[in-house]
Amino acid sequence: MSASAKEHLFALAGNPNCGKTTLFNAITGARQHVGNYPGITVEKKEGLCSLDGRTLRLVDLPGTYSLTAYSLEELVARDFLVHERPEVVINIVDASNLERNLYLTVQLLELGVPVVMALNMVDVAESRGIRIHCDELSRRLGIPVVPTVARRGEGKEALLRAAVDVAESGRRWEPLRLSYGADIDPALQDMERLIVEKGLLTDLYPARWTALKILEEDEQVLGKAREADPALTDELLAQAAKVTQHIQKTLDSYPEAIIADHRYGYISGLLREGIVEQRWRGDRLHLSDQIDRVLTNRFFGPLIMLAILYGVYQITFTYSEVPVGWFEAAFAALGSWAESVLPEGPVRSLVVSGIIDGVGGVVGFVPLIFLMFLAIAFLEDTGYLARAAYMLDRVFRVFGLHGNSFMAFIISGGIAGGCAVPGVMATRTLRSSRERLATLLTAPFMNCGAKVPVLAMLIAAFFTENRAQMMFLLTMLAWVFALVLAKIIRSTILRGPSTPFLLELPPYRIPTFKGLMIHTWERIWQYISKAGTIILAISILLWALMTFPGLPEEKRAAFEEKRQEILNALPEGVRTSLEASETPETSDPVVVQAAAALSDLSRQEATEALKHSFAGRMGTGLEIFSRWCGFDWRTNVALVGGFAAKEVIISTLGTAYSLGDVEADESLSLSQRLQKDPHWNPLTAFAAMVFIMLYSPCFVTVTCIVKESGSWKWGLFSMAFNTVVAFLFATAIYQGGRLLGL
Amino acid sequence: MKNILLRHMQPKQSGVIVKVTATGELGRRIRDMGLVPGTPLQVQGRAPLKDPVAVRVRNFTLTLRNNEADHIHVEVEDNS
Repeated sequence: MSASAKEHLFALAGNPNCGKTTLFNAITGARQHVGNYPGITVEKKEGLCSLDGRTLRLVDLPGTYSLTAYSLEELVARDFLVHERPEVVINIVDASNLERNLYLTVQLLELGVPVVMALNMVDVAESRGIRIHCDELSRRLGIPVVPTVARRGEGKEALLRAAVDVAESGRRWEPLRLSYGADIDPALQDMERLIVEKGLLTDLYPARWTALKILEEDEQVLGKAREADPALTDELLAQAAKVTQHIQKTLDSYPEAIIADHRYGYISGLLREGIVEQRWRGDRLHLSDQIDRVLTNRFFGPLIMLAILYGVYQITFTYSEVPVGWFEAAFAALGSWAESVLPEGPVRSLVVSGIIDGVGGVVGFVPLIFLMFLAIAFLEDTGYLARAAYMLDRVFRVFGLHGNSFMAFIISGGIAGGCAVPGVMATRTLRSSRERLATLLTAPFMNCGAKVPVLAMLIAAFFTENRAQMMFLLTMLAWVFALVLAKIIRSTILRGPSTPFLLELPPYRIPTFKGLMIHTWERIWQYISKAGTIILAISILLWALMTFPGLPEEKRAAFEEKRQEILNALPEGVRTSLEASETPETSDPVVVQAAAALSDLSRQEATEALKHSFAGRMGTGLEIFSRWCGFDWRTNVALVGGFAAKEVIISTLGTAYSLGDVEADESLSLSQRLQKDPHWNPLTAFAAMVFIMLYSPCFVTVTCIVKESGSWKWGLFSMAFNTVVAFLFATAIYQGGRLLGL
Repeated sequence: MKNILLRHMQPKQSGVIVKVTATGELGRRIRDMGLVPGTPLQVQGRAPLKDPVAVRVRNFTLTLRNNEADHIHVEVEDNS
């Protein structure tokens, strides 16, 4: 894009926890769009803002500590800079943690992108007695430095103005040429010359940077170089090997380490005298340390963690009850309104049973999800989730996982009520593909927000006395299954050593309201759009499966014949009144009996019709297997539907039972219906709950697994593996329970 | 002054990194976090299960596993 154009593209780069997202939110407000980078699920946040009639397009790059090729985030950030060529990179730097943050800055400068620095959290630094002289820092680095306080939006305009100035000055990429010492510099120069001569990747990277990356043994750059010019790459590698050998012999070190040492050397030289003024000895982490002394204490830490998780539970379930009720009532009203407006027939059936019931069941659940996500966002933004990962790493490591797996498990529903979709996405904080795969394959075992209402419905029906205990037990069970199965996966198909832990504990912060809301809204929106699209389509598909084909003519005639038989046995007057409405107003035992027989007959017919439908046939076919764990065809139909989205289980059961029961009293909840059903008892319910907890992740999650793991193989594996596991355990429970005479 | 491994440091004990022996990804991660020779650090404490260890370095708190701390040699004051 030329300098005179009215639109500019800027990228935001910075360490995790430096306030990058807060600044992004402060600048773009609601004008942002969250998507994915093509082909992978690293989140791509884009936002717009305007300044003096220009449109500024900002891309929030993933938070990274460096620009190596070890994690997806770093690759994404690097590739974005190289391929999209943003006019300016706004590098957000935590003023109270300058040294380490500058490590990324130096790497950005080495790459040569035009950088404008946002020196963020200057207020925090100030309160700790640290003053940073921006002008001097700017002079020494040769880039604009703008102090900001992202939480309050301070300095954002000056920052954007500085970035626009740089963009419109037409500055080109100018790599910073650092010295990496007497051992590396000569070799680097030779390599650079060769690269320039042959034009190796010079359309993408500065020549010196390519040479540097070859010395650092960067897999991505090496791969590209090999593809472009194998002979030259071998020559460069031979040079690099010579340097490596020399450094190993003389210094007992590696080029990579020496290069890093010199980067840090450059940083400390940069900060020497006149930049950082320590006005009094304050420890910026003083308060955080005090809090940590309690929250990560050997005795109180785990107790407080349990209490916090339990609190999240209580808040979510208690406060969501009322609004969930409102949603349910609203959809019920909508249903009966549609019923009264539309003429009887397939259209009414489609609208009421297919669309309103299906979507209503899902949308009614939004308040619960909202509170759950809000609580998780709060824990994440305060910095507590990192502490939990720190405290739990030792436990997770036993199962071949990583402290960071904790986040994925929690978000997936480790505290019942998350969602496996963002949970699976959260696994990208894990760097090793093995731990990551093991986490994303087992995280869907958690009781996500969609399974919770299904479980809650069954609990309400069969474990009325101990609802909370039962839910807690199921949550614990989910953890046990997930961890044990992770261990099995990690010691069989994903065997291998664990990856580095190295987790930063950010200082505790009070989250901003805006940040929490944006965070929560993003996730809620993911959920609602899922309800609006996939679930609506699946509801309609399922309705069709359950409605067509109708009963064959002779069967319908047989039912009609029986109906007439009953009616003919009655006296004339009563017969007409019974034909008009099925609820007689007399207490005559003969009439009451006949009415009961009639409704029984209708129920049988409806059930017969459902059984005859495509879905019914599918469910009946599956009974060969499912009878081992005590499920009949109705449960099977619902479980098949649950693959689309677990919420659908409840609506399908609802639809299945209301379609099979013409007398369906609208006020009778599904729980009560199941309670009355002779097929269901606490043992079947428990086996069903375990099956629902464990079986194949929903379709959306499977697509995410495919995206995250990069192959359909793992998506299909999780569907098959989870369903087999679920079947085995449900069967064990059902058969075991029967042996015990339950 | 003596050289010990980070794993063997006591809570609140301070020292200066003299050597990092890790290579590959672990080495790179350790360097990304600013743990290079010459960097002062202080052990903040340990997780409830004694592992990982929390370290104050360059004005922030970093946690790492004991087997990762084994790659970091630290020079500490002799009196313990």
